[in-house]
Amino acid sequence: MTGKFAVRARKGDGYAVLETDLYLNQTAGEELSKRFNELLEEGYLNFIINMERTKVVNSVGISILIEMIEKLRERGGRLIFCNLSNVIDKTFRIMGLTQYAEVKGSEEEAVASLKEQA
Amino acid sequence: MIRLGGSALSAKIIQLVIPMEPNLELVAAETASTIAELMCFDEDGIDEIRMAIIEACLNAFEHSHSPERKVYITFHILPDRLILEVTDHGKGFNPSDVRPPSIDEAVRGGRKRGWGFKLMRSLMDEVMIETGSWGTTVRMTKMKRRGGGCYDR
Repeated sequence: MTGKFAVRARKGDGYAVLETDLYLNQTAGEELSKRFNELLEEGYLNFIINMERTKVVNSVGISILIEMIEKLRERGGRLIFCNLSNVIDKTFRIMGLTQYAEVKGSEEEAVASLKEQA
Repeated sequence: MIRLGGSALSAKIIQLVIPMEPNLELVAAETASTIAELMCFDEDGIDEIRMAIIEACLNAFEHSHSPERKVYITFHILPDRLILEVTDHGKGFNPSDVRPPSIDEAVRGGRKRGWGFKLMRSLMDEVMIETGSWGTTVRMTKMKRRGGGCYDR
């Protein structure tokens, strides 16, 4: 769980998908943020973060997700989280992230939501 | 599944000492997870305990300034609950100095950290903090849901 964090990024039609790994901690969050910033510079404003593989998060890792939400708010972009475990979903709601980012059950639902409101 | 047996009235105690090094909070988390599983907590309960102990360990790692850089964890296994005590021998802190985090502030350029105690309090049934110049102990309790236990069978 503590090995090198491999962020997987995929580009869709007007959106990008970032997949997080097992443990979203500071190291993982910084790697995720680096890929996010690269995509932002390429002009992407709509992001899906697929957390299907993520089993554990900590508040330091989540603080980096908040930075990403802040950058998208400033630019009028959107962030959708999908495939959250129950505890991660609960954690995001406790912290209030769901006031500023959407949560969908699957990546397909997230993509559909982006397309609906495009 | 292996289950914990034993007296329903007397607590079983497991102790763990971890150095304050990156990612070693996961050792505490996995130990807590194993104990909670043996106690037949449900999956969500196990995940909540794991997350809470990670936050308690990270607080100790980052803020205790413990010269020995160790965290002492005690698990008290009771028939109806799991109690986790996370202790450091750092400088302690004044709980009234801890400013509550705000997502509204965080997404508008403000402070993004400081969520540990809020998460612990939300994920566990009870959280108590003892702190002084000797260090800090965070004592967290998670109750088992009625009908979901196997420890006292």
